[in-house]
Amino acid sequence: MAPYESDDNTTAAQAEELRAARRRKAARYVVPAAVLGVAAGTIGLVPAIADSGSPDLPEISAQQLIEKIAESDVQQLSGTVKISTDLGLPDLGGLESGLTSGATPSEGEGSAADPSAKLTELASGTHTLRVAADGPDRQKLSLLENAAEYSLIHNGKDVWGYDSASNEVYHGTATEAADGKASEEVPATPEDLTDQALKAVDDTTSVTVDGTAQVAGRDAYKLLIEPKQSGSTVGAISVAVDAETGLPLKFTLTPASGGAAVVDAGFTQVSFAKPAASTFDFTPPKGAKVTEGDSLEAAPEHERKSAEDLGKGLDGLNVIGEGWNSVAVLDTGAEGGRPSDAAGGDMGSFLGSLGDEVKGKFGSGTVFKTRLVNALITDDGKVYVGAVTKDALVKAADSGQ
Amino acid sequence: MLQVETIGSRRSPLWTFGLLRSELAVTFGRWRTLALLGVLAAVPVLVGIAVKIETSDGSALGGSGGPEGGGGPAFITQITNNGLFLVFTALAATLPFFLPMAVGVVAGDAIAGEANAGTLRYLLVAPAGRTRLLLTKYATTMAFCLTATLVVAVSALTVGALLFPLGDLTTISGTRISFAEGLGRALLIALVVAASLIGIAALGLFVSTLTNSGIAAMATTVGLLITVQILDQIPQLHAIHPYFFSHYWLSFADLMREPVYWDDLVRNLGLQGLYAAVFGSAAWARFTTKDVTA
Repeated sequence: MAPYESDDNTTAAQAEELRAARRRKAARYVVPAAVLGVAAGTIGLVPAIADSGSPDLPEISAQQLIEKIAESDVQQLSGTVKISTDLGLPDLGGLESGLTSGATPSEGEGSAADPSAKLTELASGTHTLRVAADGPDRQKLSLLENAAEYSLIHNGKDVWGYDSASNEVYHGTATEAADGKASEEVPATPEDLTDQALKAVDDTTSVTVDGTAQVAGRDAYKLLIEPKQSGSTVGAISVAVDAETGLPLKFTLTPASGGAAVVDAGFTQVSFAKPAASTFDFTPPKGAKVTEGDSLEAAPEHERKSAEDLGKGLDGLNVIGEGWNSVAVLDTGAEGGRPSDAAGGDMGSFLGSLGDEVKGKFGSGTVFKTRLVNALITDDGKVYVGAVTKDALVKAADSGQ
Repeated sequence: MLQVETIGSRRSPLWTFGLLRSELAVTFGRWRTLALLGVLAAVPVLVGIAVKIETSDGSALGGSGGPEGGGGPAFITQITNNGLFLVFTALAATLPFFLPMAVGVVAGDAIAGEANAGTLRYLLVAPAGRTRLLLTKYATTMAFCLTATLVVAVSALTVGALLFPLGDLTTISGTRISFAEGLGRALLIALVVAASLIGIAALGLFVSTLTNSGIAAMATTVGLLITVQILDQIPQLHAIHPYFFSHYWLSFADLMREPVYWDDLVRNLGLQGLYAAVFGSAAWARFTTKDVTA
């Protein structure tokens, strides 16, 4: 076009024609722009519309709702659970591998299909799980990974762990309660999480029904659990309870400091139909490396120990305060304070770099903070741990003197 | 030009098939295309032979396993037990780079290559209409996507059947399915993989309308592919990752779950459709208003 524009002989009519042609050209580019706009609008609006529904359900008291949960007797279900955990640690990936390497000293001793190692992964990031249950004897829990899956299958006497990425199988028997142990350690389904939260309900806690919501396409009541005391890092726990079956569908723990939920676990899809029997059938694939439960005992034992060392050691455990402000105290007896012996040198230096120096009547120490749990390690080797703020920890330490 | 389109639109629709047929014959008759397909067919052969040699002493692949076991492309640990898994491994190995690169070459060449060789204006002299020519070119590129994917799958199935046992297979959820159902899923996976390439095909076609140099168009398309693949690996950019055409490519593996996990598959296909719509219409806007001088 450029030569025409500089041409002095161009008549007004020609110029007009050119301008019209250019307009026509420009008009055609409206099509891709419009397609993009419509797509962006759809992506932005559809989830907003889908989320906005708060169904009309009969009024219910908090007490009735809790009873409903307790009475809930869902034997058969299958669904997809999304669980996001954000404890606010800068790099839990490194922590995880630190734990794993501490737990399994030599490569090859542990199995990639070991349930306790796998389920610890749930402690950080976002994961998609699939659950299926048919009565007390048959359950299946699958952790969806990239082009792979980790399945934990309980069928009658057998407990199978299958890691498709490495084609390894873990086999245990139900009497060992390998899966029960695992679910105690890492509460994974919304139901487990609610059970644990309800255990903590007493006069320090306010429990209210906070309207209704749609979860996984089902009508649900929202149960709101809040600490009455100040000083807790827990802001609120919200549980969405299926109006029909009383099954908790979604569990959200928001920290008092605000921001994203620390734990957010909920069904994205759920069905109460009986799952296909083949779901629970498992025979180890040809060529898969099968590890029997017994030979694995050493590894989970190690891991539990290091977890206990980090958090809730049983030796010399004392609890100060009550309800949400409980602070666990344990005397490691180790001078120097820093938990360099907790789970290897890597962990020690990693935690040390996160610390915050504090001083009080108790002396001085270091506070390690996450978004939920804070720990104060004094220089004389005492450890105060609780879901409370830094100030409350210092107060607890002062009162403990 | 408008006049040409009106004439073109009055002709019988069969004429379009004639154009498509000649385009297909030209594209698939090129030595370049055949060489690309040859390279793609060689990948499963290499993977198959490598796995066979690695495990010939009876050891399992990936050594003793452990928490870090299962490196390499998805499904690779399963190949020795069932040759059908070589299809999935080969597709997982070629999808991130080889397949889209081949598609980028063909798509980038579609318009720019004709312009470069000076044949574009002759194509437009025939009363085909630019829109129709563009659609034909896109259809040809998509046919290449499908052919390329099937070449990988068939080659992998052949090598897998020759080197490894076949039989019932275990899905990644741990359930068992029959070999026939496994074959069905393999075909479905091949189709999904082919559909995953729709986005980059449209992108390549758009780039192809921007320039008169075939090489430049191919290089730009392949360069964009590499850039997006790199950006997709940077965790700090996770907010925009879901909008990259390659982000959900490996979701085809979800077809091997029991029951199938559709969420990411649907997202992938939707995203490919979106890329096809946006860049397809951008290519149309550009090509129908472009001055064709060569």
